[in-house]
Parts: sequence; C-alpha cells; structure tokens
Amino acid sequence: MVENRQWLTIFTHVVLLLGIAIVAFPIYVTFVASSHTLFDLVRMPMPLLPGAEAVNNYMQALRAGLGEGAGTEAIGAGRMMFNSLVMALGIAGGKIAISIIAAYAIVYFRFRFRMTAFWLIFITLMLPVEVRILPTYKVVADLGMLDSYAGLIIPLIASATATFMFRQVFLAVPDELAEAARIDGAGPLRFFWDILLPLSRTNIAALFVILFIYGWNQYLWPLMITNDADMLTVVIGINRMLAVGDDQAEWQIIMATTILAMLPPVLVVISMQKLFVKGLTETEK
Amino acid sequence: MEKRVVFHNPVLPYLLLAPQLIVTFVFFIWPAAQALKQSVYLEDPFGLSSRFVWFDNFVELFEDPLYLDSLLRTAGFSLSVALIALASALYLAVQADRAVRGAMAYKTLLIWPYAVAPAVAGVLWLLLFNPTMGLLPYLLRGMGGDWNHYTNGSQAMLLVTLAAAWKQISYNFLFFLAGMQAIPRSLIEAAAIDGAGPARRFWTIVFPLLSPTTFFLIVINVVYAFFDTFGIIHAITQGGPAGATNILVYKVFNDGFIGLDLGGSAAQSVVLMAIVITLTVVQFRYIERKVHY
Repeated sequence: MVENRQWLTIFTHVVLLLGIAIVAFPIYVTFVASSHTLFDLVRMPMPLLPGAEAVNNYMQALRAGLGEGAGTEAIGAGRMMFNSLVMALGIAGGKIAISIIAAYAIVYFRFRFRMTAFWLIFITLMLPVEVRILPTYKVVADLGMLDSYAGLIIPLIASATATFMFRQVFLAVPDELAEAARIDGAGPLRFFWDILLPLSRTNIAALFVILFIYGWNQYLWPLMITNDADMLTVVIGINRMLAVGDDQAEWQIIMATTILAMLPPVLVVISMQKLFVKGLTETEK
Repeated sequence: MEKRVVFHNPVLPYLLLAPQLIVTFVFFIWPAAQALKQSVYLEDPFGLSSRFVWFDNFVELFEDPLYLDSLLRTAGFSLSVALIALASALYLAVQADRAVRGAMAYKTLLIWPYAVAPAVAGVLWLLLFNPTMGLLPYLLRGMGGDWNHYTNGSQAMLLVTLAAAWKQISYNFLFFLAGMQAIPRSLIEAAAIDGAGPARRFWTIVFPLLSPTTFFLIVINVVYAFFDTFGIIHAITQGGPAGATNILVYKVFNDGFIGLDLGGSAAQSVVLMAIVITLTVVQFRYIERKVHY
C-alpha cells in the first residue's frame, strides 16, 4: 500500500469479500441442498439456510448413493471415493516414480538416444487423451485393462511436466555432490537414493499435491474405460446419478455426493497451500 | 545446461527410462499414430474393410456445417471463458495485492475452487440454474425473465461459460498475484510521489509489467477451455440443446465414442492435435522470452 486512504482500504476489503462470496456461493447452495429433503428442495423457492436432514442424506449417499439400476446393485459414494482415492494416489505416485528416474537418467548419464528419449517424453505434452480417444481405448481394451485400477492409472502416468521439473531440480544440484559421492565409492543408485531423493523431498511433495488433485478430478478417461458400477470414481458416479431419464433426480443425495467428491482435493489445497502454490508454479515453468 | 559430472553405466540409464518410455509409446504415440492413420482411411461401420482415401475425411469434415459450427462455438466459448476468468481474477488480484490486513486469508479463500473437478463445478452451477428448482431462474422469473437452458441454446452456452470461468479464476488469481508481488515497490512509490493515482499506476506500470504473466495465462486459459471443460459440458448440457454447446472435444468424443464414426472422429482428433501443438509451441516460445525479460 503506497498511500493511506481510508475509503480505498474499505473498498478493497469490500471487493475481496464480495469476490469470495461469489466464488463460494455455488458451494454454499450445494451444501444447503444436501441438508434438506427432496420435498423441501423442489418447493419454490429453494431454502437458503441449512436444514436438518444433512446426516440422513450423507449416510444414504455414502451407503447407496447410486440406486439399483437394471441388473446393477446399489453402490455408495464410500466405494466410489475409495476408487477415486486409489486412482489419485496411483496416478500421483506413478507419475512421480517414473518421471524422477527418467529425469535422473537424462541428467546424470550420457548414452545413445538420450535426446531422442527427451523428445519422446516431450511429445506426450502435445497428445492429451482428447486427441486420441478411440485408439487409446482400443489399446486398453486389447490389453484387458477395462474396468480395472491398472486401466485407470497406467495410461495416465507418463508425464512430461514432471520429468522436466525433476530435470530442473537435478540440474540445480551442485556437481560437487556427485563428485564427492563418486570419490566415496557410491554407485549411481546409491547416489540417487541417499542424496538426490532427500534433496528433492519438497519438490516431490509439491508435485504430489498437484497430481493428487489432477488424478482425483479425472473425468474423460474413467468415463470411457469404467462401466462396472464397482469401478466408478465419485466424479463419474455423480454424473450417473444425474442421468435418471424421466425419473425425479434425487437432488439432496446428488448434492451430498457432490460435497463429498470435492472435500478431499479441497482439503488438500487448503491444508497444504504452500506446497500447492509451489507445485503449481513449478510445473508450469 | 549439462552436467559436468556424470555416471557411466551401459544399461542403467535405459532401465531408468524404460517405464516412462513404454507408457509413452503404448498409450500415447501408438494411439496417436493410429489416429493419424485412420484419418486418411475410410472404414465401413463393421470394421471389416477399410480403404485409403487421402484427405477425403478432412475435406468432408471442413465441408460439414455442423463441424464448422462447432469450431466457431469453441472459439467463442474459449475466448469468453478466458476473458471472464482473466478479468475477474486480475481485478481480485489487484485488490488482494493492495490489502495489507488479511491478505493470506483472502488468498486461501479464493484459491480452493482450483481443486474442484470441472464436472463437479458443472453440477454446482446446474443446481443454481436448474429451471424448476434453481435459485437464479426463480429470481429471473420474479423479474419477468425466463430461464431454461434445456431448450434455450444461448442460455446453455452462458451457463457452461460461467461454470468454466468460475473454476479457472483461482488459478489466474494466483499467477496474477505472484506477478504483481514481483514488481518492485519502488516503481509504484515513485509514481505515487509523482501524483499518479491507483488507476493510473495500474494502467501505466502494473499492467504493462504483468504482460508476460497475462500472455502466459491467455494460452493456459485457452487450452483449459478447449480441453479441460469436457466434464462441464458432459455434466450440464451434453452438447445440447441442438448442438448449442457442442464444442470440439465434446464433438470428437460424441462422434467417435458414441457415434462410432472412425474416420471422421480420427480426422477431428488430428485437427485437435494440430491445435494443441500450436498452443504448446506458442507457450514454450514465450517461456524462452521470459528468461530474457
């Protein structure tokens, strides 16, 4: 703040509070909707204060949010969230693991096809799932990975951004460390494990936060390759609940599931804000 | 930049690269090559035979009024999303940069929509704008208006645009705020001493100095609107009504995965690929310039 003008300060805070209110409003309405009976919701106007049905609605969403369909059993948001968790952790862990070793090979070794490998990894940046929908589906189907955790995770774990980030991190590590390690008789794997990994701890954590959110929020991929109700992720589950055709959608249950679906990633962002911001700015470099 | 000290081992580097390269080849390069190949073949619906047709699929695509329509809609949609998300984020970032007290709390409360999945963001806005029970249609009716995005194409477009922009504000806000905090205070103070008010300081100093950030964010926002909004469209409008929100990624999914039009969908994939490659090149060229800045 350069000058001290009272009205300007007040104006600043009013604008920010208004901005926060607008950003938070859709979520507030969703939460309110998740705490009423359907009967209260469809009556005009929709209530604006939380009701008393929250516990019931959330229990039902967790137990059997997606009701029985033709030949399928009811499935709850609990199971779907577990699937989302497996997918998010698998993608985050997998991407970090294969990218950090790839970056290590590219930075600390000289070998034939080093630049070729680098460019091959770079190309993945230009090929998001959206531009190769059918052929990728076919590959996964041929490998028998439809409706499996492997199918949800493995096709998404190649990562150019993560590899580049670790490359940057490793390039900034002083050469003296590698020299000292070599003189002390440490081999390449020992050096990686005992020196590089501990040095990259914060970067790994920051990347993990971003990738966890990325994995949890995947949509197109799980939409294509999961069909079995047991394998639905929670984001896809919500979509299935909405698609009820002519029946009345159970909005209170859908909204409870929606709140549950955004809780884990939002909590991660808020509780690990510093790592989150670091991860976001570093992966975009 | 290269390392001076390296290890020597004939096999280890290949082993370390293998997992990443195998995944890249099997799930990225091979399918993309298949898409390229299919885009110049015409296959019968049962997949029994296919023949080489040169660029017929592309010619057909660009003569298809539905595709051209979708292309235009996507352009309009992306620009509106980018404009709304950038302008509101910039405005909020200016205010947050000025706030001395509570800056951290404001930041926390503004960044979390980043964590909400696009499809979930779609559901949130769907509830707000639901024609029978939503709050905003109710208010609109009170003012003599009418809202039904299930039948009104421009209202459907407005709804998906709002939902998409809403989700992107937090990302832009973070980058704008970081960009502003990197501007030396002395510049701003000098201008203030010379008698420039807040608005004038913003347009003559802050905004020009932010231009690398702004440019970077424009590219990122356009990429986001092109590709990551699939979930929003799929959850709210499914491309409808009457194709009003049928943006390119939704169309390629719908024609290929649901409609099973292999050649046409592959040609669409290739067009999208060209768009991503262009955007990526633009983004990386800009980053090279940022180093000199």
